[in-house]
Amino acid sequence: MPKNFVWVLIICLILLGFTAIASLVLGSRSIGWHELIDGLFYPNVDSYGANIVRKRISRTVFSLCCGAALGVSGALMQAVTRNPIADPSILGVNTGASLFVVFGIAFLNISHANQYIWLALAGAAITAVFVFGIGSMGRGGATPIKLVLAGAATSAALSSLVTAIMIPRSYVMDQFRFWQVGSVGSANWSAIATFIPFLAVGLLIGFITAPALNALALGDDVATGLGVRTGTLRLIAALAGVLLCGAATALAGPIGFVGLLATHVIRLILGADLRFVIPMSAITGAIILTVSDVGGRLISNPGELEVGIVTAFIGAPILIVVAMRSKVRSL
Amino acid sequence: MKPTHLFQAEQLVAGYENKTVIHGVDLTIPSHQISVIIGSNGCGKSTLLKTLARLIKPTSGHVTLDSKPISKFPAKALARIIGLLPQSPIVPEGISVADLVGRGRFPHQKMFGSWSKKDYEAVAEAMTIMDITQFANHNIDELSGGQRQRVWIAMALAQQTDILFLDEPTTFLDITYQVEILDLLTDLNRKHGTTIVMVLHDINLSARYADHIFALHTGKLVAEGTPAEVVTSERVKEIFGLDCTVIEDPISGSPLVVPKGRYHGGGVTV
Repeated sequence: MPKNFVWVLIICLILLGFTAIASLVLGSRSIGWHELIDGLFYPNVDSYGANIVRKRISRTVFSLCCGAALGVSGALMQAVTRNPIADPSILGVNTGASLFVVFGIAFLNISHANQYIWLALAGAAITAVFVFGIGSMGRGGATPIKLVLAGAATSAALSSLVTAIMIPRSYVMDQFRFWQVGSVGSANWSAIATFIPFLAVGLLIGFITAPALNALALGDDVATGLGVRTGTLRLIAALAGVLLCGAATALAGPIGFVGLLATHVIRLILGADLRFVIPMSAITGAIILTVSDVGGRLISNPGELEVGIVTAFIGAPILIVVAMRSKVRSL
Repeated sequence: MKPTHLFQAEQLVAGYENKTVIHGVDLTIPSHQISVIIGSNGCGKSTLLKTLARLIKPTSGHVTLDSKPISKFPAKALARIIGLLPQSPIVPEGISVADLVGRGRFPHQKMFGSWSKKDYEAVAEAMTIMDITQFANHNIDELSGGQRQRVWIAMALAQQTDILFLDEPTTFLDITYQVEILDLLTDLNRKHGTTIVMVLHDINLSARYADHIFALHTGKLVAEGTPAEVVTSERVKEIFGLDCTVIEDPISGSPLVVPKGRYHGGGVTV
């Protein structure tokens, strides 16, 4: 166990608590303490502030869940590809989910988030299999560099398809526009209920595969020598990553960089042991996404800035720093 | 003392995609001994080691452990008997020495990878044997090449296998560290009875440290036996295509290959 693990865990949990409270309290109308307590614990009190708090509870829970899913998804994809800058968006999995959702809106008349989820999951899974398949061709199997190249190429091709479907159909554009930037504002309890099983399965697989992924980090040959069936492990861990990011993407839109940020923060503090990095990425991911959401509400008060835009603003510069600082070993 | 195992290859054919590298090798690894596979560049020695250590699936033929094909073993169970240190393992960024050595315990751990007392003991012992305990909390990046190789071998030791395969464990190391690593591996063999099978580039170090040598030429096993039996001037000519004189190593008494070349001797033999 990393020496400072207990402290890091405690501090992260405290931050998580503060973040959740901030998300309930801050926004276009700020809430006082009394209203917060009324809203949380006294369902009979019917004041304006208390009702706002109640509305913000679902938003907060959803954003915490989404952030956790994206954080762990990023950690899993980095471990599978052995690439420190891997993220659902970099492997094209997000774009695959988007394409299927756009297709559903344009041709299948789908308009509800609970229907998006299956399309997005299918899109994410098919894209992941496709990218993985292309990346595995030729000598040496699925090397990190080939996976990232395959992801980038696929992503570019799919996003042009998205555009091609959208441009001539203004009604698709209208509906898709808000979804596409990524937002947790429209969350409701039924969306959360749809999401929870995917989150639970994905997190569980993430925790169970962590020790084997630790072995995989030393190279496929070492991992094989340690008794890891590398192909099977990659498949299972990648599926969990796809499940997490596909479900989050379906309900909140393609939010980028959370996986990247969440894992790098925790790696800097705790080191390389995935048994700790993977679970902790859930917490840091939840904090990062929720803080970004609160930030988006405050920046453009009384309106709102979509959380996907906020994470992109924070994430893009950090991606560049990470890419320059780390030698991006496996590449 | 480690248990005795019967480790064999039967009519082994192996290679990559459409190129066969190993053409029908039969061999038995002597238990509790140090075996070295030698041969010239491209003769398939590394491919043979990888096939024996299950990194490459044979095209035909079998690798068997105690008369059972290794592909029939559960992966983790096999990893408790056979360990492997490949040629270029990957160092994850920011990993500490203790963490890396500890990853050798994977096949002994249950789900979620929680650590038992045995795991801590095995790691401590491996670090003591490789003399790296003082670096336990250091980042791998801070270590020299020789120290780093000791860390990798410690990881393989923490796995506590009866048989250990090493693919050129001394490449890229200065002669001092080559000798140091080979001495440590010999300690391991003599004290614990670990069966060691490795590929080495240097024929003289092979002759000194091996109990048993397998000589490979164009994917076929052309000779095997003790260094004295295998390392003769005729064999070296056959395996490496090198004219040489073989004398007795003044330190160890093992055969020592002195190459001829076209200069520095005018064709005069000792």
